[in-house]
Amino acid sequence: MMRMIPVRETILSAAILLLLALIATRFSGFVAPSNLANVFNDTAPLIILALGQMVVILTRCIDLSVAANLALTGMAVAMLNVAVPGLPIPIIIAIAITLGAIMGAINGILVWKLEIPPIVVTLGTMTIFRGIIFLISDGKWVNAHEMSEAFTGFPRAAVLGLPVLSWVAVLCVIVFGIMMARTPLGRSIFAVGGNPHAAVYTGINVGKTQFLAFVISGALAGLTGYLWVARYAVAYVDIAGGFELEVVAACVIGGISIAGGIGTVGGAVLGALFLGVVKNALPVVNISPFWQLAITGSAILIAVAFNARSGNAKGRIILKSAQSSS
Amino acid sequence: MTDTATNTRQIPDRLTSRTTRVFRSWEALLLAVAIAIFIVNSFASPYFLNAWNLSDATFNFTEKAMIAFAMALLIIAGEIDLSVASIIALASTAMGLAVQYGAGTPELVIIGLTVGLLCGAFNAVFVTILGLPSIVVTIGTMSLFRGISYIILGDGAFRGYPSSFSWFGQGYVYWVITVEMVLFAIIAVIYGVLLHKTNFGRSVYAIGNNPTGAVFSGIRVQRVKFILFLLTGFMSGVAAICLTSRLGSTRPSIAQGMELEVVTMVVLGGVNILGGSGTIPGVVIAAFVIGLVTFGLGLLNVPGIVMSIFIGLLLIGVIALPRLWKMAAEKRRRA
Repeated sequence: MMRMIPVRETILSAAILLLLALIATRFSGFVAPSNLANVFNDTAPLIILALGQMVVILTRCIDLSVAANLALTGMAVAMLNVAVPGLPIPIIIAIAITLGAIMGAINGILVWKLEIPPIVVTLGTMTIFRGIIFLISDGKWVNAHEMSEAFTGFPRAAVLGLPVLSWVAVLCVIVFGIMMARTPLGRSIFAVGGNPHAAVYTGINVGKTQFLAFVISGALAGLTGYLWVARYAVAYVDIAGGFELEVVAACVIGGISIAGGIGTVGGAVLGALFLGVVKNALPVVNISPFWQLAITGSAILIAVAFNARSGNAKGRIILKSAQSSS
Repeated sequence: MTDTATNTRQIPDRLTSRTTRVFRSWEALLLAVAIAIFIVNSFASPYFLNAWNLSDATFNFTEKAMIAFAMALLIIAGEIDLSVASIIALASTAMGLAVQYGAGTPELVIIGLTVGLLCGAFNAVFVTILGLPSIVVTIGTMSLFRGISYIILGDGAFRGYPSSFSWFGQGYVYWVITVEMVLFAIIAVIYGVLLHKTNFGRSVYAIGNNPTGAVFSGIRVQRVKFILFLLTGFMSGVAAICLTSRLGSTRPSIAQGMELEVVTMVVLGGVNILGGSGTIPGVVIAAFVIGLVTFGLGLLNVPGIVMSIFIGLLLIGVIALPRLWKMAAEKRRRA
């Protein structure tokens, strides 16, 4: 099993490089370092959300409410900024993360305590959160000129040549890399998804781990909510509409098994980067952006079919080695 | 946490009498709720008790309910199809495209139904032949099918449907009885008979309760599931014809989010989201409940997006409340 995972990431990295090379043959400007940094910055929200979604999917759940959570938190902090323009950015970020985590906790409680299937819970909360945005904003937009300069400036401020938004994504990747590999929580997340019954016998609370996964996913959605609204300097009901599908797609492309227990941080990041490169390349190679949705859908289907294939092969290998050893 | 799975499939010591079962059933409760909503609505708004208004209100649920019947069978068999709204979009786009090449009403109907069937078959191949989980497959096709509509239409729209085509969504059979209501009734009866009176229906329940057991009882599980996906696709095609005919135009965002309302209707109708149980009469009553509620809220000038909060709460509430109830009862027994 340990051998399978690097293979998958090598294939994905190769696919991304091939894609970049193909684009470079016709538009060399696309692979210039400054443009690649732009592509990364543009993909940063997807990377952050894919990390949260990865944790949820690893525990055999799914979170379809991330985009709505992002939009609601974004609208809430934008309105807060309009009401109290002097509020320091760290406090705004703390509020955004807390709000997101609370929404994640609502999903988590329903899955943990009431044992409602996650797909139903998050389909429901997805529409509820969107509806609440309309209720609190009255359907109005919060525009750039109403937001304070510090508020919109933070994600774009350049540190060591990269915008803060990119650094936040890098930081999240590092934190998650450590968390998944080096902490009890990370191990129990894998254990819960890999075999819930065995996890119970090792003393892991399955429901609680799933709850925590939803809280993590929600907190990241909240954080992204602020970064998104500040970066685009606008907040309205439909921001990031349908973005949850892209997030799930990034995870599935990254080799995270929807059956839980299998997946890596590197996979999620590469999956997100793959979609990010495709999205940014479309206008360059003169394909209408309306193709994006269909490409995302096809990518999900191809990736999930591919994952199942590699999963089958692995099962057979284990069976064979077990037979030969006995 | 671990032993709940075995708890849910308990067999009672003795069966209750038929009448008590009927009165205590989810359907009876739902019917009471529907009647209560009807009475509240008729007091809340003076425009409610009007034959023409009520007839208009049925459009709130007829198209969704057509899909909900097929979806109910699919969910009872332990699968789900989240791509139904996108199938509507694709079928509607295909019909709109055909109109540009001068297709008449019969051709449009054939095209709508065929696209629905093809989309259903596409899902079915991934789920039954490749053995992939239906949730992921249909999340994928949900963006693929609507994505194709966006590729074809962009930010444009198809119009110019032939006037005879409007019969499906705007026509009346007799007085206030619309074509869609008649279609709804016929489809309800067909699905009721299919689920409750045929071998096929029995095998749907068997698959939902115990897929392995079903295989060993000689049921061709994959073939039944294939047919169920075809049926859901076909019903989405029917709904696409009705909706397109009613709106008279096609945009790629048509029927956005309808999959949620369809699933809500099915779950509200008492179908177990984990598969294995549920009835068509339950779904019929749930359709009326949702229709009456949205119509009532509409008369009170509640905007659509606020109604969707209500639908979301309803979806979670109908699953959560019985479980909370059961948990409270267990706590009382222990105390």
